[in-house]
Amino acid sequence: MSKIHVSTSVNGEPVEFLCDASASMLDALRGPLGLTGTKEGCGTGDCGACSITVDGRLVCACLMLAVESEGHEIATIEGMAQGETLHPLQRKFLEMAALQCGICTPGVLISARALLEKNPDPTEEEVRFGLAGNLCRCTGYDKIVRAVLETAAEMRETVR
Amino acid sequence: MNDMTNKWIGQRTIRPDGADKVTGRAQYSADFAMPGMIHAKMLRSPHAHARIRGIDTSKAEALPGVKAVVTAKDVVDFPLDKSVMLGIQDMRWMCRNVMAREKALFHGHPVAAVAAINEEVAAAACALIEVDYEVLPHVIEIEDAIKPDAPILHEWNTFEGKPSNIAGTMVLKTGDVEKGFAEADVVIERTFTSRPVHQGYIEPHACTVSYAADGRVTIWSSSQGQFMVRAMTSLLTGVPQSNIRAIPAEIGGGFGAKTIVYLEPIAVLLSKKSGRPVKMVMTREEVQRATGPAPGSLSTVKIGAKKDGSIVAAQGTFYLQAGGLPGSPLRGPVGCSFAAYAIPNVLSVGYDVVSNRSKVAAYRAPGAPLGAFATECVLDEIAEKLGLDPLEMRLKNSAKAGDKAIYGPVFGEVTFKETVESILHHPHYKAPLDKNPAPGVKRGRGVASGFWYNAGGESSVQVNITEDGNVVVTTGHPDVGGSRASIANVVAELLGIDHSRVSVLIGDTMTIGFSNLTGGSRVTFASAMVATASTEKVIGQLKERAGKIWGIDAEAIKWEDGMALPAGDNAGKFPPLSLKELAAKANEMGGPIGTQVQLNTTGADPGFATHCVDVEVDVDLGIVRVLRYTAAQDVGRALHPGYVEGQIQGGVVQGIGWALSEEYLYDKNGRVDNASFLDYRMPVCSDVPMIDPVVIEIPNPKHPQGVRGVGEAPIVPPLAAIANAVHDALGKRFYALPMSPPRVSERLEQP
Ligand code: FES
Repeated sequence: MSKIHVSTSVNGEPVEFLCDASASMLDALRGPLGLTGTKEGCGTGDCGACSITVDGRLVCACLMLAVESEGHEIATIEGMAQGETLHPLQRKFLEMAALQCGICTPGVLISARALLEKNPDPTEEEVRFGLAGNLCRCTGYDKIVRAVLETAAEMRETVR
Repeated sequence: MNDMTNKWIGQRTIRPDGADKVTGRAQYSADFAMPGMIHAKMLRSPHAHARIRGIDTSKAEALPGVKAVVTAKDVVDFPLDKSVMLGIQDMRWMCRNVMAREKALFHGHPVAAVAAINEEVAAAACALIEVDYEVLPHVIEIEDAIKPDAPILHEWNTFEGKPSNIAGTMVLKTGDVEKGFAEADVVIERTFTSRPVHQGYIEPHACTVSYAADGRVTIWSSSQGQFMVRAMTSLLTGVPQSNIRAIPAEIGGGFGAKTIVYLEPIAVLLSKKSGRPVKMVMTREEVQRATGPAPGSLSTVKIGAKKDGSIVAAQGTFYLQAGGLPGSPLRGPVGCSFAAYAIPNVLSVGYDVVSNRSKVAAYRAPGAPLGAFATECVLDEIAEKLGLDPLEMRLKNSAKAGDKAIYGPVFGEVTFKETVESILHHPHYKAPLDKNPAPGVKRGRGVASGFWYNAGGESSVQVNITEDGNVVVTTGHPDVGGSRASIANVVAELLGIDHSRVSVLIGDTMTIGFSNLTGGSRVTFASAMVATASTEKVIGQLKERAGKIWGIDAEAIKWEDGMALPAGDNAGKFPPLSLKELAAKANEMGGPIGTQVQLNTTGADPGFATHCVDVEVDVDLGIVRVLRYTAAQDVGRALHPGYVEGQIQGGVVQGIGWALSEEYLYDKNGRVDNASFLDYRMPVCSDVPMIDPVVIEIPNPKHPQGVRGVGEAPIVPPLAAIANAVHDALGKRFYALPMSPPRVSERLEQP
């Protein structure tokens, strides 16, 4: 079976790749595109470790076909920091020990960013439901939720 | 040591591996690739129990793109009649777990493996392998496996003279329980069951392996011990350890289950046969079917107490589900259940029961939560019956320094009381609880305690001063949750330099000395101990160098704030020499500065924890929700409080899952019915509240910073604490886990 040619944009840069019709976006990111920051925890959309955004919408990369990215804007963890400057969420996660093993962290950060873009002033409950699609087995979520709430407060402060 | 003047120890520093982990750059086991790499898949048994009469791989081998096929005949055999131990693992079972030999013992048991140009071809080739199975009757549950007419998994195994599924026993005894029960005013005996639960790490097992033409092997994989990977791979493939370089990838969670290998030896054999590097990655379904879990249990606990609450006798009988091959963690429930209490008469017995499930692996305080579930629930019932506060009852019976622990040693310090008292006086325990907040909603509060041994063991470290006067520390322990940050805090503190000048990395099996597993709550204890010894040696070297430069004795020099200074006026007057200045002069003054320390560390005192939880039960739907959770534990010394709290919070939430929602489901053919994260229900963010850790710091006198283990004790109390809270809410006791909605509803319908 011949491969399909896909042109898309990843983290603001135009990219092209070849893939099988059956390949998931996660396969494409981790394979031909070499972006292994997006993790595979289950491959069935249940753990959120492969969270990315497509035109700003939160998606599990394992549930999307690679060919569906044609002409869209994909954002992954590798594009979250600006050069040496971490995104406020990334910085806060480090300051508040909101990661232990770190395998869930890329997906959690992408989900948290998507949440704060929609809702810059979430309650604890809104954060918990906003991140309910991201499994973390290490932290018990406490420090993750706190870090997201604190980042939100800080970002609102900066905007003001 | 434990004072307020510490600059780095006890600070919430940024972890050395942090930036890589929040930017997606950290490399976990599935993130490696090699030039020319091919991909492997495992063929797994579709049957729960079957004799393997033959395997024909010829069609698979003939498929274009297939490069190698491996079956049990390629794996080193460890005959059944002679035990070969590697730590706590018996290689007879390990060799049969990585590849089924005489029999497939569970649904998902590997029977062959194929390496091919890609995963699709490898999977297609697996489908072409013809396995001649003689399907046998299977048995899943403990109750069924110990019946006299149960299907026998291992015909060679006997118990009390007959073929049996009981593959091992453990007995601990003190005093005379019969006499003790006769003296008791109240005796309560209850039977409890629990289901196997998976460790649930988000990172599936994976490895990339290269077997080179000269027979040298490189393994990239994530595990809780690269030296374990090396040793097990060597034993199962016959490659000498000196030829195996096991490189630890970042590990995406293990919780005990990554203390054994599943893939690495098979990938080595495939790489050897094919002459190509081989990558092997499990799917989530494979992880759930064939790795872990923690055992299910069938426990009977009987406790007798006097009217004043003093316990006079305790008896525990614990059947644990080993899975298809022997080796359940009996020492968990048998040794830990009664260890926190001073009880004159105790009999604690464990049975290792095989059945047609995947072989169990360690899970955080292996086995101890199951014992505590039974014991701590019976204690609650006794306290209720005697009209005592359950925490006061625990205080009354706390073990003391000098008591002989049931598992052997004489206790040094016992800091159990402090954990109980901190909950007793905590605002949570004193806060009023509205038990009937709305129609159909009930609330309750429960407490429970837990004990875990903790451990020391082998640890190696190198501390090297770079030419520009900074520090590189290499340790031999994979970092599962911030241990690099703790080591950096210790080394920066001792050297008196800024934390950011210390880099900590995990060495591979060829670059650092032997270091035992990251497990048993031992890594921060052991690695801080060797890092301290090594850094102190480095400081000795630095003083010597300063002495040479000044022409005075090293004894007359002190090290302070990152500088060598004359120790007193008699030593002479010299301007201080900084670490940077001494490093710059290292080569002319005697060569590179650095040391290595390797120790078998000892002095890890046991860990105690006491928890308090409020739950809310939706009576119509049977849903139990945790509203508030407070977990007190003596950690000795929190080198990095953020990661200490994180261990407690993570352990508690795993315990909540164990208590309320997690379990393996089997169909009538003995196949796992819920091998996915959708159907195997671990707690998600919206299921749980904040977890309030009460970190008690009573320094361990046998450790340079006062560290005790932290990681395991937090998962011991939650099962019982939640069951006790549900009882408080509903007035009904739960003797079976999980307390999932269908079971709660069912129990509510019973009288
Ligand atoms: S930090 Fe390990 S799974 Fe979240």
